Amino acid sequence: MDRPIRVLIAKPGLDGHDRGAKVIARALRDAGMEVIYTGLRQTAEMIVNAAVQEDVDAVGLSVLSGAHMHYFREVATALSARDAGDMLLFGGGIVPDTDLPTLAELGVGRIFTPGANTDDVVAYVRSEIARRRGRAAH
Amino acid sequence: MKPKEAWLRDEYGAAVMRMPERDAVFETLSDIPVGPLYTAEDLSGFDAATELGYPGEFPFTRGVQASMYRSKLWTMRMFAGFGTAEQTNERFHKLLAAGQTGLSTAFDLPTLMGYDSDHPMARGEVGKCGVAVASLADMEVLFEGIDPEAITTSMTINSPANAVWAMYLAMAERKGADLAKVGGTIQNDILKEFIAQKEYIFPPAPSVKLVIDTFEWGPQVAPRFNFVSVSGYHIREAGSTSVQELAFTLADGIHYVRKALERGLDIDEFAPRISFFFNVHNDFFEEIAKFRAARRIWARQMRDVFGAQDPRSWMLRTHAQTAGVSLTARQPLVNVARVAIQALAGVLGGTNSLHTDAFDEALSLPTEEAATLALRTQQVVAFESGVTNTVDPLAGSYYLESLTNDMERRTLDYFARIDALGGVERAIEAGYFAREIGDASWKQQRDIDERRRLVVGVNAFEQDVQEVPIQLVDAAVARVQRERLERVRRERDPLAAEAALGELRDRAKDGGNTMPAFMRAAHAFCTLGEQMDVLREVYGVYEEPVLV
Repeated sequence: MDRPIRVLIAKPGLDGHDRGAKVIARALRDAGMEVIYTGLRQTAEMIVNAAVQEDVDAVGLSVLSGAHMHYFREVATALSARDAGDMLLFGGGIVPDTDLPTLAELGVGRIFTPGANTDDVVAYVRSEIARRRGRAAH
Repeated sequence: MKPKEAWLRDEYGAAVMRMPERDAVFETLSDIPVGPLYTAEDLSGFDAATELGYPGEFPFTRGVQASMYRSKLWTMRMFAGFGTAEQTNERFHKLLAAGQTGLSTAFDLPTLMGYDSDHPMARGEVGKCGVAVASLADMEVLFEGIDPEAITTSMTINSPANAVWAMYLAMAERKGADLAKVGGTIQNDILKEFIAQKEYIFPPAPSVKLVIDTFEWGPQVAPRFNFVSVSGYHIREAGSTSVQELAFTLADGIHYVRKALERGLDIDEFAPRISFFFNVHNDFFEEIAKFRAARRIWARQMRDVFGAQDPRSWMLRTHAQTAGVSLTARQPLVNVARVAIQALAGVLGGTNSLHTDAFDEALSLPTEEAATLALRTQQVVAFESGVTNTVDPLAGSYYLESLTNDMERRTLDYFARIDALGGVERAIEAGYFAREIGDASWKQQRDIDERRRLVVGVNAFEQDVQEVPIQLVDAAVARVQRERLERVRRERDPLAAEAALGELRDRAKDGGNTMPAFMRAAHAFCTLGEQMDVLREVYGVYEEPVLV
């Protein structure tokens, strides 16, 4: 049997708005995943260290401060540098649609904006990890 | 007329036999059950003289002024700030030209966290969710062309509030203003940062000490300034219920009062300048009841528990802001309707000042057009709806008064629980608020996800995405900021700056009032980061336990 999906939920930078991060962490945990929440004020380096150490399948960033492009770029680059570019990087927060193409180019998966349903987040992480594990097995 | 119970059984019972109740949750957003009908029986024993009184009289349930909006409308105060001080100054002037009557400043995260714009932790964040203010030089640009004696300014700043307030007052002094005539508000509510918004720097005890320094110094030097805005807004945004917002905010206010009394201050010296800041969310009557209950509870606490004599000490004066957390990224124009209803609730609740959110805030900082539309929404409530023609028009409503009573009762229960935990600071350290709010926000999210509650455009009446224009923050902001900082550091008198920081260090160590040292540091062009570093060194920094 597959090991449970492991997810790191992280709050990069100075933003203290953690309602979304905590709700998503709880939803993923309730869905049977192993969830590690970093707490506040993490640098990209701290997040990537935690992701590698905890050997997670996915990293979810929550950014509501408008600094999302900066942090997604830093985390995506650092994950690749640590040979962890195959981890799913996804996120949520105040992210305008106009930024989505650039985020996709960086290899970032889906971004969930205010009003998102937590069941959709769970389903997305589950299917994306299944797809990646399937690909790795072949 | 038959008793209500009999009517419910017979007439109402028969009616819902013919036409069953809708499949809906008949509860407020705080999960308070709502009955089908309220009558005089729900207010049995209710003495309007003691529970309501007249507007402008104890316990101020009906408002803090006798003539309320017939004399003076609430202050239309739109929160604004982004990019450089120049850009925000331009937005300020446009908002004033559009009929806004007060200013409200949003600072960027590095400023809120006490870092200069060129600090490594500031990378990627300068000017993003507010304006960067790192020294008096930025403050002077920000208020260029604005008379601090004529316009009151609110500043949303907490951990570094003393330093930023000093910069504002120093700016006013350099313009030749008389500080006795300069009015405004600093948020300066550190307790709700630990509870909800998490923009703290130092541990709770020295943080609260810094707040009480302003209680002591403010009335002597800048008596028209509200030196604290005890805030429920962020508690609600973090996911609390309306009742939790009310209870935790007032508990915070009471905590500050106790600390100020412990320092030996006279309650009637400082209490009239304590102000408040509440959220106005979707549940119309619950929100109105919250404001009315807040005034009544505060008045009773101040007069009957703390023995304040001056009626101004009993008055809860408050700002309100519509609920950012209620805005949706999908079908964003629907947010215009939400904001209008929330604004109306704030006004019927008797708020003294109001910010209305722009419809695009779930997507980005507001564009100028969206911010103007939000201001226009307030103006429609003020000048077209007619609700401002009489004072507190909803008083005496069976439902509203029952709800107000219920919220007061539930708030007093929370006070008892917080006291049992040893007070607000102990409860913070025990993670009590984090758990309470976390559980409430989780329940609200599940209610929406599982469609027990409907949100238009999100889990009902869904429709393809509407495209709306987005406010972008220019990438050059960080460079402009860095350059001004470098110039400040180069051109100021280094000995004066060093001496001011030395005095601040001495006050932090000896426990004396820090405000004179902050004023000296502001005038000496010490940067915000330099001042906060001195305090970090003396007080240490706080990290909260991670709880999910």
